[in-house]
Amino acid sequence: MNGPTPFWLSAVYVALVFACAVGLAAGFRALLALAAPAGLARTLRTAPLTASFGLLVILVYVIAALFAPLIAPFGEREVVGGQFLPWDSVHLLGTDNLGRDMFTRLLYGARNTVGVAFITTGLAFSAGAVLGLLAAVVGGWLDQLLSRTVDVLMAIPALIFALLLLTILGTSVVNMILVIALIDSTRVFRLARAVAMNIVVMDYIEAARLRGEGLYHLILREILPNAAAPLVAEFGLRFCFVFLSISALSFLGLGMQPPTADWGSMVRENATLITFGDVTPLLPAGAIALLTVAVNFVVDWMLHRASGLKE
Amino acid sequence: MVARRLGLGVLTLFVISLLIFGAVELLPGDLAQEILGQSATEETVAAFRRELGLDLPAYQRYLAWLGGVVQGDFGTSLANGRPIADLIGVRLGNTLFLALYAAVIAVPLALMLGILAALYRNSLFDRAINVVTLTSISFPEFFVAYILIVYLSQTGFFPSIARIDPDAGLGEKLYRTFLPALTLTLVVTAHMMRMTRAAIINLLASPYIEMARLKGLSPARVILKHALPNALAPIINVVALNLAYLITGVVVVEVVFVYPGLGQLMVDSVSKRDITVVQAAALIFACAYVLLNLLADVLSTLSNPRLVHKR
Amino acid sequence: MTQTPTTKDGFLQLSRRGMLQGAGALGGAALMGSLGLGSARAAPKKGGTMRLAMGHGSTSDSYDPATWDQAFVQVFATARNGYLTEIAADGSLIGEVAESWDVSPDAKVWTFKLRKGVTFHSGKSVMAEDVIASLNHHRGEDTKSAAKPIVAAIKEMRSDGDDTVVITLDAGNSDFPFILSDYHLAILPSSGGKIDTTSGDGCGAYAVQSYEPGVRASMTRNPNYWKSDRAHFDGVEMLTVIDPAARQNALVTGEVDVIDRVDTNTAHLLKRAPGIKILATTGTQHYTFAMDTRVAPFKDNNVRMALKYAIDRQELVDKVLNGYGEIGNDHPISRSNRYHAADLEQHVYDPDKAKHYLNQAGLDSLEVSLSAADAAYSGAVDAAVLYAERAAKAGITINVVREPNDGYWSNVWMKKPWSAVYWGGRPTEDWMFTTAYASGVAWNDTFWENERFNKLLVEARSELDDTKRRAIYEEMQGLVSNDGGAVIPMFASYVMAHTDKIMTPETVGPQWTLDGFRAIERWWFA
Repeated sequence: MNGPTPFWLSAVYVALVFACAVGLAAGFRALLALAAPAGLARTLRTAPLTASFGLLVILVYVIAALFAPLIAPFGEREVVGGQFLPWDSVHLLGTDNLGRDMFTRLLYGARNTVGVAFITTGLAFSAGAVLGLLAAVVGGWLDQLLSRTVDVLMAIPALIFALLLLTILGTSVVNMILVIALIDSTRVFRLARAVAMNIVVMDYIEAARLRGEGLYHLILREILPNAAAPLVAEFGLRFCFVFLSISALSFLGLGMQPPTADWGSMVRENATLITFGDVTPLLPAGAIALLTVAVNFVVDWMLHRASGLKE
Repeated sequence: MVARRLGLGVLTLFVISLLIFGAVELLPGDLAQEILGQSATEETVAAFRRELGLDLPAYQRYLAWLGGVVQGDFGTSLANGRPIADLIGVRLGNTLFLALYAAVIAVPLALMLGILAALYRNSLFDRAINVVTLTSISFPEFFVAYILIVYLSQTGFFPSIARIDPDAGLGEKLYRTFLPALTLTLVVTAHMMRMTRAAIINLLASPYIEMARLKGLSPARVILKHALPNALAPIINVVALNLAYLITGVVVVEVVFVYPGLGQLMVDSVSKRDITVVQAAALIFACAYVLLNLLADVLSTLSNPRLVHKR
Repeated sequence: MTQTPTTKDGFLQLSRRGMLQGAGALGGAALMGSLGLGSARAAPKKGGTMRLAMGHGSTSDSYDPATWDQAFVQVFATARNGYLTEIAADGSLIGEVAESWDVSPDAKVWTFKLRKGVTFHSGKSVMAEDVIASLNHHRGEDTKSAAKPIVAAIKEMRSDGDDTVVITLDAGNSDFPFILSDYHLAILPSSGGKIDTTSGDGCGAYAVQSYEPGVRASMTRNPNYWKSDRAHFDGVEMLTVIDPAARQNALVTGEVDVIDRVDTNTAHLLKRAPGIKILATTGTQHYTFAMDTRVAPFKDNNVRMALKYAIDRQELVDKVLNGYGEIGNDHPISRSNRYHAADLEQHVYDPDKAKHYLNQAGLDSLEVSLSAADAAYSGAVDAAVLYAERAAKAGITINVVREPNDGYWSNVWMKKPWSAVYWGGRPTEDWMFTTAYASGVAWNDTFWENERFNKLLVEARSELDDTKRRAIYEEMQGLVSNDGGAVIPMFASYVMAHTDKIMTPETVGPQWTLDGFRAIERWWFA
């Protein structure tokens, strides 16, 4: 059996990849700055290389997701040959355990997985953050009601909770999105409330209240901008946790419906290969990791800008 | 405040026991059907139900269970008649041991890395730490575990099965459970580390930090003495969340490393609809969560004088 | 690519006469000869503690034979318990606790003579009353036993002295002794006519030292075990290791000596690991897609035939089983059964023929849903997806519905009109057909009713002429294959792996996993 790749070889790979990434990012930043309107162009030119790398990766993913049927050489569910064919010019990344083209599945996986992850995270954040801020600002019985409800929901282990809900409700993509969003929103709620609690007692909030500002203004104008940083940081991570949730659910047979390709299930299906030093399962896992890193690079940049630091 | 929260905690536990009971009732199939599985016939299922009193109405069974619990009697497993206390005792110890082991590594590591990343923000060090931790959480837990097994177990350093004898010494225990603890560390570190970094950076542009800097304090001193104390609330919250996760959410790691903890017990019991065991495990998880949460809230209140002396 | 199973011809070669008069009487020595042991291989050595990691086991498992349902409890039960009869590795029936048996000419009244000097681990002797209590545990109105339908034919039981049990059936059945080898029917110590379902006591080769359900069981050799040529390990440690990768790693890193349920996707890689041997046996285990023949469109046999010609069986064997199995012919009788119909025309993948049958049914195209989950068998969802791809070429749209693993058997199987099903199979034709194809039985998952078939089934039970019996069973296989409601694409091998320190007999039992559940008492360390 093949042993793990020697350490020095891994190091060489990492260095190569790193060099390519820097080059690509720099080129992409220059290109963006040229194409963008003047105001935006300046912002972009000062963006760190990591952020422009992140933007580039996200753009590539979006293109892959939108145009998967055009780019992919085969159909999403099409069985095109034997199982586990090696990488060659026809099957760029070989085939999977049923003889479907791996490259094609990855492309379609981008479409299904990234789409679902964005919707789920978006839902979780709008619900969690709004309610969390509201609870902090209004306080009193509303805060008690929401906080205790969230306490109850969070005290049930997430995976088991999802298992219970999905078995009762039935497994469809819509249900899956709603259930994961519900579970994630409780985490967002807690964070938003905790951050806002610290802000609510600030003098400028007191001043705004005395000015007679409405709830809407308080939350949107006074609190949200000051609570944005931790929330944005959380967004970057929650986004990635959605992939993991889908993967864990497919472990229990509750994930996406086959033959739909999604990265979480693809990791699961091929995972045992890694223990024999076969890199196939690294492809979907790597796709998730790359996107997570990219999103969080952009998040870091926004965080930095939001903090108002100049250096 | 603490007494009131504890009271609320008991209420939370009660609501959870109702919720879980209701949810398991709603799940299609009951204990008799799940245990007999493919072999079930109408007659044998009916006989099984009669034997265990499953043919009684749901509210009667719940009240009977509640009556026992109030007197400290959690009953016996419906599936094999073993007393719940015996079933859960050892496993609770195992779960807590592993959670503590991972926490002792992960929490200081995450805080340290987070502070360093904030201090040397946007440096190569910051980027590298971010990429590594983000990549490690983008991989599903079982996948991280497999990779660790390839590099650390197949090479003969650590056992791939975390089988522990009750009478093994502490050193032996720590050695045998090193891989699961390391897996969990990799899974939770990124979240805590990134929140620490974000919370600190968020404060760095505040006027009082500016002031401290202008006084000529070193950057490290500014962060540790001035920024960190004010960033503690969100950090404490995230740490509490992750500690709760280490206790309640590690079923996948338990499965991969064959570690007899509570998570596996709960999943097994849910799938067999063994309601008494499910309830007991759910209550333990809920307790852990409620207590950690309470601790987090108390600590973050203490960390912010404005919250202690609320106007 | 067809994997050569260890036992290529696990046929039940015993003559009818020998069986009826009690093969157990032949004694151990003759058996050893027929198994071909001794000469080519070095004699088994005693000693060592065997560590076995299995892909089953749940914290809700128990000592109650009524609820045994998966390989961990089955292997564990077989190691610590004795049964009246045993199916030998070559598929023949031999006596275990029953030393010999006799039968009335109408095959209705069976008299079993118990072996002398067999004791439980607690020291108590095995008596006729224990046997009766053990069987009664699965009978009557109040039993919850999964084996209830298996022993339903028993009308009456009585003891004749301490060592004789007389069993009267409600109708003649010449295969009855086979049924008594069923893993549920362990002989347990009784008091007051009841067995104790909370104790691990038994009269088998190994005595339980400790048992934690869903985690592990450890056993030591029963010093008073009566079989002199079995039980070679000093002790056995059984572990539940659910995750397939964890199981393989445990074997590769030397944490365990034997594993079952090898992930066939990576079996070819595992085989290359130094000191590891793969062991595959193909017996009666088969996978089906069961249609509810009472509802449209499956009501129409033309639709059923169309679906049977729309599946590429070899592809399923190659890709889902990775070659560890054989193609099926839409009936549940395997090549290892006695009366397997080898001459029956094999259904093959033929989109044109499928279209032809669709037209016969008055349809241009067909759209059906197929429910599957890995709880049915590992790879069921993949199999369904492949099926759907191939069927599309015949104008048949199969919508694969992945159902939750949780609760599959109670909510999907026999509830949804078409679902993936696992069958361990049965050692005799009658047992298999009576379990799942006879009219009105509890597990007739296709709800199939065929007058001719039902008539033949009863006829064959009391038919004494071997040639006639073969003819009847072959006709029945044809009926199931060409009219029945199950698409049976493949027979799956049991795939296990062990270190090269483990020795196995020349013939490994193919009927169940791990040498017919008896690896613990049949295998030894080199």
